[in-house]
Amino acid sequence: MATANPTMFQASDLNHHNERVQKRYRLLFGLMTLLLITPVMLILGTLVVKGGGAISWEFLFSAPTNGMRTGGVFPALLGTIWLVTVALLLSVPIGIFAAIYLSEYAGDNWFTRTINLAIINLAGVPSIVHALFGLGAFVLFFKFGTSILAASLTLAVMTMPVVIVATRESLQAVPQAFREACWNMGATRWQTIRRVVLPNSITGILTGVILEVSRTAGETAPIMFTGAVFFTPFLPQSVFDQTMALSLHLFVTATQVPGIAEEVPFAVALVLIGLVLTMNSVSIAFRMWLRGKKKW
Amino acid sequence: MVDSAILTPTTGATAPAVDAAPNKLEVRDLTIRYGSTVALHGVNLSIREHEIFGIIGPANAGKTSFLKAVNRMDEFTTGMRVDGEIRFNARDTRRLNNVYALRSRIGVVFPLPVGLPMTVYDNVALSPRLRGIKEKAELDVIVQRCLTRAALWDEVKDRLDALGSLLSGGQQQRLTIARALSQEPDLLMLDEFSIAVDPVTTMRIEDVLKELRKEVTIILVTNLVQQARRLADRTAFFLGGECVEIGVTEDLFTGEVKDQRTRDYVEGRFG
Repeated sequence: MATANPTMFQASDLNHHNERVQKRYRLLFGLMTLLLITPVMLILGTLVVKGGGAISWEFLFSAPTNGMRTGGVFPALLGTIWLVTVALLLSVPIGIFAAIYLSEYAGDNWFTRTINLAIINLAGVPSIVHALFGLGAFVLFFKFGTSILAASLTLAVMTMPVVIVATRESLQAVPQAFREACWNMGATRWQTIRRVVLPNSITGILTGVILEVSRTAGETAPIMFTGAVFFTPFLPQSVFDQTMALSLHLFVTATQVPGIAEEVPFAVALVLIGLVLTMNSVSIAFRMWLRGKKKW
Repeated sequence: MVDSAILTPTTGATAPAVDAAPNKLEVRDLTIRYGSTVALHGVNLSIREHEIFGIIGPANAGKTSFLKAVNRMDEFTTGMRVDGEIRFNARDTRRLNNVYALRSRIGVVFPLPVGLPMTVYDNVALSPRLRGIKEKAELDVIVQRCLTRAALWDEVKDRLDALGSLLSGGQQQRLTIARALSQEPDLLMLDEFSIAVDPVTTMRIEDVLKELRKEVTIILVTNLVQQARRLADRTAFFLGGECVEIGVTEDLFTGEVKDQRTRDYVEGRFG
């Protein structure tokens, strides 16, 4: 018969030590998290406090008047939606298809490794360099002029690496065993991609797209030289028009207009963040719907 | 189906006498390497139509590599190189262009179950759908038949919409078997199928295999020598990348062996 050992569950010195160390690390990680969310809360808080009062139906849906000092942001809001939409239409299909090729078809050789390296480097190029490239390539060489098309192409080139890397990562997160099981049944590569790989990586791919939306909407430098203007009384009618954009409008109202009410730039920033969050929440909702469906 | 014609053995009066041999699989001088490591060396064997062919042997004997070579899995296994000849339905599989038709006629089940992350139904309907079957009624019949044969129908019939990858390990293994059966294969290759399955279910599947033998040829790789004894008509003993012996299964167990190592292995004295 086993007898209860009275010291068996008493904490030893080692137990105490481990517990202390564990608490210290938990504190460290917790503090870092706090540090991380502090600037986010400060930014959002400042914007709401200082700019929230200026937000109104009229602010959102009317054009700026009196040299930006009064009126609203509608042309800039609409312009940013144009720029982001066209940029996404260009970069998302190309980025996803290229990532599928690199991950599912291309072998692991020096050529694909070089391409992968180039993509990572492309992601590291400063946005002002992309801006000058866009000016040279799309505005001047292809003669698109300063237009939504030229600006969106520049944005697309700049953000495509994000889509490619995110897509590739989520494709590679699908276990190889799933592919092999499918190939072993006589499925072609494409059948395997369509029926097994894509359904299980689509949520990760959408995450990449969400990141891209945020970055595209906020960029200022690449569109300054290629399609966005200080002020235009006209709303864009096609991709060959110039347009105002929220990010540039924020820069303008914050630094270039003397005698403007202090709350205006804050309100513009709030609209920009609101737009990004709205666009993101659509894709997040779509992603959640897909997840719920796949129970994955 | 044009594809299947490539693989169907020529029969009848016009066929040459060689092709009339009832061999499902003929292997000549098969050598498999992973980089510079030799996994299987100089294997020669023939597997007859409608037999259960057992392959026994300890780990690292080259049993799984053998199955992979038959299905041309070396094409997506890094570093794997296959030399020699593997004739399936009298066609040299190594030189076959239509690898998809080859793989769709060979069902494989590996030791680690792979429930694809789709519903139980879709798991089993996948292969028929790849073949172009779209009609729900037809798919329903195939799904039920394959799941029943894999001894899984009773457990999942009320939740065919559940995710296949969320079934228990043993259920996923039977799902994998059902999926292999849904290919309506010519040749079924089972690699340690019972490793994640309880003994009672194992027995049920073994009964199904005995039934299936009327329709398909089965290669059964197993660590359980008694399982080979229960099921296999003939058995090969692989050891360290070499095919030591091939014989009628009962002979291997009653001591009618050519090689002492075979006797040692089946009697559990190996080491």
